[in-house]
Amino acid sequence: MFKYFEPNKIFSITSKAPKYVLFLFIVILSIGLTEALILSPEDYKQSHSVRIMYVHVPAAWISLGIFSFITFLSLVGYIFKLRNFFLIAKSLAPSGLVFNIIALVTGSIWGKPTWGTWWAWDARITSMLILALFYLMYVVAWRIFENDDKVFKVTSIVSILGIINVPIIKYSVDWWNTLHQPASINILSKSSIDVSMLFPLLIMTAAFALFSLLIFLMKYNTELIKIKNKGLDRL
Amino acid sequence: MIENLFFMDGYGQYVWSAFSFTLVSFLTLFLVVKAQYNREKNKFITKFGSLNSERAAFAKSQSINKEILSNTSSI
Repeated sequence: MFKYFEPNKIFSITSKAPKYVLFLFIVILSIGLTEALILSPEDYKQSHSVRIMYVHVPAAWISLGIFSFITFLSLVGYIFKLRNFFLIAKSLAPSGLVFNIIALVTGSIWGKPTWGTWWAWDARITSMLILALFYLMYVVAWRIFENDDKVFKVTSIVSILGIINVPIIKYSVDWWNTLHQPASINILSKSSIDVSMLFPLLIMTAAFALFSLLIFLMKYNTELIKIKNKGLDRL
Repeated sequence: MIENLFFMDGYGQYVWSAFSFTLVSFLTLFLVVKAQYNREKNKFITKFGSLNSERAAFAKSQSINKEILSNTSSI
């Protein structure tokens, strides 16, 4: 099954896909921004500041999702010695880190009118900051170590240690008294968010997911060309 | 209506700065990754151009190298 993930086989797809993904991203983002900034209603308590949710929440979701996926790829890659899985994980990291930073900054901007402060050492915010540090360690590890075996080992350890923090982020609002409200969207039970707000939130999430796919494809293609450059040196 | 969209009952500065930060981050990341991609691709084309005909023919036998050299792989 893993042979289908071989770079030589998938480059013909990954090299052509970015322009279509970029087009789709621009279309979905335009719809999302119109919904989030103009068409969606203001909140009865938070007024217009609730609109920050449409960038803050998708960014947090996607940064958590990407880190979980990086850990999965690193683990499988390490167990089955699949170099390409590490390459995919490495290509996902930049967008994950940027989404994490967006979640922290937009959360801070939202905090000022809502809680009266830019920053609080609340359990959810602190655990998100820790995730950003793990992302940073992961990205830096790829830059520091040149030996493949070493970098695979170090990045796997960083991602495994970092994944412990992911359920803490998710359940921090239930386990501790935090400034953050409990989850408004539940997959298994009824969500407390109104459909007029859920729709723009899902559209923006789709747009953000497309952007991370775009960056992943561009970064992955760059990594493959880098390998091919080394190959030409050896000819 | 335009005024309301801009000021948002006093919350405009927060909402617009959050959305602006997000979009600027997107644009920056996109441009950085695109520059990295172009740099590696140009390096590849230069290296490929310096190969002798025998080595170039061998390198071109790999489909991935042909893809890199073609213009279809750019965004």
